[in-house]
Amino acid sequence: MIRIDGVTKRYPDGTVAVDRLSLDIPDGAITVFVGPSGCGKTTTLRMINRMVEPSEGRILIDGEDSRRQPVNTLRRSMGYVIQNAGLFQHRTIVDNIATVPRLLGWSKEKARSRARELMERVGLDGSLAKRYPYQLSGGQQQRVGVARALAADPPVLLMDEPFSAVDPVVRKGLQDELLRIQAELGKTIVFVTHDIDEAVKLGTMVAVMRTGGRLAQYAPPAELLSDPADAFVEDFLGADRGIRRLSFFPSAELELLTGPVAAAGTGRTAARDTGDAPYLLVTDADGRPLGWAEPGLPTDGPVDPGRLLPCGRPFVAGQDSLRAALDCAVLSPTGWAVAVDGSGRVAGVVSQQAIGEAIRAAHAGGRSDGADTGASAKVAG
Amino acid sequence: MNVLHFVGAFFGDSAHWHGYDGIPTRLLEHLRYSLIALGVAAAVGLPAGLLTGHTGRGGNVLAFIATAARALPSFGLLVLMFILFGFGLVPVMIPLVVLAVPPILVTTYEAMRSVDPSPVDAARGMGMSEARILFQVELPVALPVVLGGLRTAAVQIVSTATIAAYVSLGGLGRYIMDGLYQHDYEKVVGGATLVAALALVTLALFWAAGRLTVSPGVRRRG
Repeated sequence: MIRIDGVTKRYPDGTVAVDRLSLDIPDGAITVFVGPSGCGKTTTLRMINRMVEPSEGRILIDGEDSRRQPVNTLRRSMGYVIQNAGLFQHRTIVDNIATVPRLLGWSKEKARSRARELMERVGLDGSLAKRYPYQLSGGQQQRVGVARALAADPPVLLMDEPFSAVDPVVRKGLQDELLRIQAELGKTIVFVTHDIDEAVKLGTMVAVMRTGGRLAQYAPPAELLSDPADAFVEDFLGADRGIRRLSFFPSAELELLTGPVAAAGTGRTAARDTGDAPYLLVTDADGRPLGWAEPGLPTDGPVDPGRLLPCGRPFVAGQDSLRAALDCAVLSPTGWAVAVDGSGRVAGVVSQQAIGEAIRAAHAGGRSDGADTGASAKVAG
Repeated sequence: MNVLHFVGAFFGDSAHWHGYDGIPTRLLEHLRYSLIALGVAAAVGLPAGLLTGHTGRGGNVLAFIATAARALPSFGLLVLMFILFGFGLVPVMIPLVVLAVPPILVTTYEAMRSVDPSPVDAARGMGMSEARILFQVELPVALPVVLGGLRTAAVQIVSTATIAAYVSLGGLGRYIMDGLYQHDYEKVVGGATLVAALALVTLALFWAAGRLTVSPGVRRRG
């Protein structure tokens, strides 16, 4: 565990970058520092590996003062990832990744074979090993940056706005990849960002900092969204925090109706009888959704897949969050969301109204168990 | 009577190819002066440029020294040093070194300062020592420009080393100086041609050194 204990950073000109900050960073989790520019989040991160020395207070790593060991030994025990990756342009990709193992005295062969292993882990094709950084895209360079930080298998990873210079699509891919790597390796990750969505998505714990280097709130993201500590945090979270909070509620509780679902070409009478939806969801023979049949069609005879309304993107029942379910319903021309199972077959349909009831129920229950389950209750989507 | 005629006559004369005033002797003398001067200038300019460039401190002092050194006329300095030190290599080396240090020093400093700071930050954060950062992160990237500074200095030394002849030393300047006294234009043109050729060879050598030492990952950016 990394304990930040009453740390202040004051510069010679009197500027206070970080003001009496105290918090514990848990092992094996992602802790995100987020806040507007000038809030001291990057300074805090850089004090952990002593790129910046605190003016007051101390930082304990597994109970030991970080100043007890030589600075370069400390830094080699922590992976460091920065914006724009900061790759060495004169070295090949494989040699960039092998940097820290080489510093630790590994042989060239061993360091390179470890580097190739890591390229695979971060989703880089092995054919890139002998390339130079300028031959890679921004997203690929950032993956190399992550691989380089992981090369010597450090327990801690410090990441300073690592994904802020890439476009949104690539960023989402990198974020998903980081969550996957974290799930596989269980590193202690300290992550700095100015993007609250990124913080909520990645963080097990989120530290919101305000200008002047003070901690505004330190909580799991679900708690941050449900109970912002003050107006600053609420404002920083943005206008749609209610909607975003739905990401933390699973859709498993939703009652799915299978009545108004019928495969194309089958008789529709039975479906009509059991369903209370005004529309009928038509599926193909494998049970995948095709679209909504308009009302007012004959009540008997085979289902005609000719005139169908698009059913939009379905949500995965039980796996996606209530936010995804609500989104499907809002985008659906019928106001009903289509739920599918893991293999894409229709699991049922659910109305906006039913989702609304589930949200109210979740809010009623969520507040009490939000505190102890925390972000571990985070749901995909 | 044209320049090419002089060149042909000079190099065609077998008397110019041997003896203490022969081309091989004069060429070796010239090379010796040039290499010593470049060696001393690099020994002064490179470490100072690398260190100030790495730390980012002392840039103003450096610019002042370089400007002052550039303002000194080599020929005037030669005469002054000759008066002070008398006959010998030292009065020739001082103006040559003074001439060559500024391009090496300033270019090396600028090259180090222009290295992208983010790999340096990454290297420091990974626990590299400052010496490793200088030699393994900054210098490989700054190398093309550093070599450019050395090249400029080398070419200036090669052409200016002709002044050694003025204080009774050898080198290719001998032909130019003696030719002028003797109104032997064949000798003047021959000597000048040799100096020009040596300068071109110097350029070629630096180009080859760049190809050998600069990483393909850096070279692309020119």
